[in-house]
Amino acid sequence: MNSWFADPQLILTGAITGFVFGFLLQKGGVTRFNVIVNQFRLIDFTVMKVMLTAIMLGGLGIYTMKSFGMDFAMHIKSTDILANALGGTIFGIGMVVLGYCPGTGVAAIGDGSRHAIFGVLGMILGAGVYAEIYPWIQIHILSVGQLGKVTIPSQIGISPMLFLIILLIVATVPIALSKQKAIT
Amino acid sequence: MKKPILKQSRWSPYTVGALLAILSWITFAFMGKALGTSTTMVRAAGAAERLVAPDHVENTSYHTKYLGTAESPKPVLEWQFSLVLMLPLGAFVASKFSSESFRESVPSLWVSRFGSNKAKRYTFAFIGGLIIIIGARLAGGCTSGHGLSGGMQLSTSGWIFLAAMFAGGVPTAFFMYPRSLDKQKGASS
Repeated sequence: MNSWFADPQLILTGAITGFVFGFLLQKGGVTRFNVIVNQFRLIDFTVMKVMLTAIMLGGLGIYTMKSFGMDFAMHIKSTDILANALGGTIFGIGMVVLGYCPGTGVAAIGDGSRHAIFGVLGMILGAGVYAEIYPWIQIHILSVGQLGKVTIPSQIGISPMLFLIILLIVATVPIALSKQKAIT
Repeated sequence: MKKPILKQSRWSPYTVGALLAILSWITFAFMGKALGTSTTMVRAAGAAERLVAPDHVENTSYHTKYLGTAESPKPVLEWQFSLVLMLPLGAFVASKFSSESFRESVPSLWVSRFGSNKAKRYTFAFIGGLIIIIGARLAGGCTSGHGLSGGMQLSTSGWIFLAAMFAGGVPTAFFMYPRSLDKQKGASS
């Protein structure tokens, strides 16, 4: 019986991943309050650039490995429309008040942010609060619009690769245009 | 002359995004995991509560979901918890490579709107953290679990989350920090 520590290999691989993740977040500038808040003020698009690049290349790699027959688990979360939408909206409000999201907030402590420490303490309390209200949420919110572990391409009936290519084109056009504007 | 890559204080967001993609390929294919952080806050809260009120945690379904029960416990320090613990070290080393000595108690943007009182900023950071995790747990993930990992798997939940995150965040940001702030700052400096 071990209620504290997982297999050392899991702890080690998690630690390496976390180190690299934190390193990249700092180098990307997203451990900074001003960068995060100015994304939501539509002034600095760093957050969106980092995320969309990671999403598109990440998706291309994962679905390519899958198509070559590599066997690994997917980690698709359930779609519960009301909970995803309402939770995401509350999350966006909290992200602007705090100035970080959970991952960047924890990383920001290592980058010298003192107020992020209070943000993380708030997160732990928030998690405790959520555990208390969970039974009510389960009945009234999580039950609305449950679609299971679905993906957008599976729902509209196209291949993930085709969807990613469309996404790549749609996302690259504004970037190309903004670059052009910057040059002239 | 351009500085060596590790000494540059900022990398291109596209480079960072691409490296995060590669990190995700590795976690998916070789660790059987997807990047995520917010579940760790639940484990941390549950583990802390368990120290003072073990019976309460035992009877809270959201905690036993992650920590298991007394008979069949699940570890607190697992893959993602370990990941979260190492985030600050990664960020710290990254900042040292570029010899940054960044210290921030109250961010400049906050000061321009709400003043430089530390206690006020810390209080709002705490409240923001509280709100963000309630949102994350309700949605079933955060920017990393839903946004990055969900987004790249093209999961419907991840994309609903991303759209909602901006739908909640953008009006809040315009309300808290109106565009006129930048003009004032420009005039006063």
